Amino acid sequence: MSIAAQPKTVTLDHFTASGDELPLLRISTAGSVDDGKSTLIGRLLFDTKAILEDHLDDVKNSKVNRASRGIDLSLLTDGLRAEREQGITIDVAYRYFSTARRKFIVADTPGHEQYTRNMATGASTSDLAVILIDARKRFLEQSKRHAFISWLLGVRTLVFAINKMDLVDFSRQIFAQIREQSNTLLSLLDGVQVHFIPVSALDGDNIVTKSSRTPWYDGPPLLEILEAAQPGVDVTALPLRFPVQTVIRPDSDFRGFAGQIASGRLRVGEEVTALPGGQKSRVARIVTFDGDLDEAFAPMSVNLVLADERDIARGDMIVTASKEASQAQTVEATVVWMNEEPLVAGRSYLIHQGPRVVSARVSRILHRWDVEKLETRDTSSLSLNEIGVLEIEASEPLLFDPYRENRATGGFIVVHRISNLTLGAGLIERKSLNVSGRGPLLPEERLQLRGHSGAWVDLSQAHELIDAVERALLTEHLHVVRTEQPELRRFGLIVLTLGYHQGTPDVVVDRSDLHSAIVAIRASTILGALHVFGEREGI
Amino acid sequence: MSQSFVLSHLRALEAESIHILRETASQFCNPVLLYSIGKDSSVLVHLARKAFYPGKFPFPLLHIDTTYEYPEMIEFRDRFTNEIGAELRVYTNQDAINAGANPYNLGTAKCCHLLRTSALVAGLREGNYDAAIGGGRRDEEKSRAKERVFSFRDRAGRWEPRNQRPELWNFYNGAVNPGESIRVFPLSNWTEIDVWRYIELENIPVVPLYFAKPREVIVRGQTLIPLQSNVKLLSGEQPEMICCRMRTLGCTPCSGAIRSEAGTTRSIIEEIISFRRSERENRLIDHDQEGSMELKKREGYF
Repeated sequence: MSIAAQPKTVTLDHFTASGDELPLLRISTAGSVDDGKSTLIGRLLFDTKAILEDHLDDVKNSKVNRASRGIDLSLLTDGLRAEREQGITIDVAYRYFSTARRKFIVADTPGHEQYTRNMATGASTSDLAVILIDARKRFLEQSKRHAFISWLLGVRTLVFAINKMDLVDFSRQIFAQIREQSNTLLSLLDGVQVHFIPVSALDGDNIVTKSSRTPWYDGPPLLEILEAAQPGVDVTALPLRFPVQTVIRPDSDFRGFAGQIASGRLRVGEEVTALPGGQKSRVARIVTFDGDLDEAFAPMSVNLVLADERDIARGDMIVTASKEASQAQTVEATVVWMNEEPLVAGRSYLIHQGPRVVSARVSRILHRWDVEKLETRDTSSLSLNEIGVLEIEASEPLLFDPYRENRATGGFIVVHRISNLTLGAGLIERKSLNVSGRGPLLPEERLQLRGHSGAWVDLSQAHELIDAVERALLTEHLHVVRTEQPELRRFGLIVLTLGYHQGTPDVVVDRSDLHSAIVAIRASTILGALHVFGEREGI
Repeated sequence: MSQSFVLSHLRALEAESIHILRETASQFCNPVLLYSIGKDSSVLVHLARKAFYPGKFPFPLLHIDTTYEYPEMIEFRDRFTNEIGAELRVYTNQDAINAGANPYNLGTAKCCHLLRTSALVAGLREGNYDAAIGGGRRDEEKSRAKERVFSFRDRAGRWEPRNQRPELWNFYNGAVNPGESIRVFPLSNWTEIDVWRYIELENIPVVPLYFAKPREVIVRGQTLIPLQSNVKLLSGEQPEMICCRMRTLGCTPCSGAIRSEAGTTRSIIEEIISFRRSERENRLIDHDQEGSMELKKREGYF
């Protein structure tokens, strides 16, 4: 019996959503202790009728009731005995509810610092974060931390619910103040979409329907925002990434690579590369139990047969040949530390990138984030709930895209070699500078090492400025030379010339002042690492 | 015509569960699928067949047989596992039964502890399984809502809810030392209605007890207990003929039926949509005391 003989086939619409079905929205919630987060979720579940009567009876009959009036809705979500007794949320809980328009999964995560690791866990899969703020307090350090962690983990829609508005007489002024206080933070988080809503979770104001007690608020209620929210990124539009989970080989005629498509789309006949080996082949079959497909997309679980015999194993990644993922043994990554035992530079850990497990050493800690001031600090270790940027040297290549570009391939977890505990979560920023590398430098490596791209700056119309320009650029540690060979810009140099040659200069400095000359040069050479990686596509 | 690149809700759940099952097969030496015969088990087995197609799924099924389950369940178990060519293993806490454990004399809580929880822990230990796949869903009960997809158990099979491994993205850390194990819940993100809709979509066979028909039952409080040879009548109780069905399956003395006319998968789905009460309500053992599921889970219950 040969399985390959006459495969049955199936069309893609066997798997796809029908016209009006909105994709599931994954929400995480965060707030400080007593901001009323569990009550808010209880309210959402209650008002969307996701709570079953016997569960509600359990709450009504419970020995605990901390609500000032009515039933204690927080008991619907505080599931563990210790939580009910202490009135705090200990661990991330997942809740399910749906409206006529959409299905939702809520990751209810604890607010107090001790359990920040659970917040990062909840945010890692979320499309949208609801951050609670107590109207009687200010925009606290905790709220900053929550917004920052959500953003770091790739959540791009933040909803600030200013709760307990009933306790401040639904004051428009207080609402405006808190909004104002958050401005500094929000200016640092690029690419986020932000909403502010005045609510009372206890009474249900602006949760499902607009409240008559906030006539000054002209936005929609919370549920309407959730129903309309777009999932952050269309993963099917990213390049194909297919981490191989297992090889399925029921007989000598069939060899399939099974996995879940992490991002992108895939067609029979498409040219693919297997990393880290770099072998190329074509997709011969996309096999599922329901039949062979011509085409598949993330996040489908499929079984790929390639046209050629290839040595591919669990932990390898099949990618589109037209845009391969990065591979590197030394990377820079932002790490959220989740264990009592601190992370120390020099120590060795296991890194799990889904099915790919490699041994790795923390070669240095570049800095840690002070999430209250949103500044970086020097450090030699990372304690529980601290976030730092590390350089990691792996024993084998890591296969990745920067986390900002692709959440499915930029993350990893750090695992203890002996206890097997998950110690932290990492977000890969970039391939690290590789002094021991061999072969020609890649343009991106050169860009990283120099910290800026090359440019040809012609000063023939402003001869007298050339010394001042050279001095200013050197002071900023830019790689600048005076020469008659503008083609050296190819190697990442800023070339200053005094006269036209063949070709077009990137910057022509005329008789204006030095300052505008420097601004123009800065703009044409991409400066600063953050900048570089945000705009790598355009180089 | 433009092609939509959005998976339907059920196909997205299916893809996630297949991913989890493949991770389990790849990360462990000796995984086992806890087969309870119920609808969630039927769905799990179906997903396992899909995950490893065109190969066979690489783990046996383990049924913890309390000996108090409905005969229709055992019939279905034997027929279903035989049809799909799965390897079935059965474990019973024979010592406890020999020592006289039964729900009538011990009470349901103690009986369940001996014949389910202890039997499960012992059965897993006897088979030296490092991973046990179960059909638990987070929507079933509050303490389950906090369960990881890969949930760590210490050498005694215990769950420590305050100290669970963080679980980010779809990366499941299944690394264990000898004697420790992981409970795997591929259906974590499914709800009861998802399970039934998927059974309908995929035409998955389930035990006929789920479908309503007139049955001889004893009405005890809010619960209908189908009349089986070993159910003891309390004084004043009379069997009645009532059209009913089981919403969850378990032992005869502990899992009651509900009044229902739903004789098909479609009508069950319609019934659940109109329901305002949870499926575990008729599981007497889950309501012994406040937080009772959490206590049982800490000891090793699924």
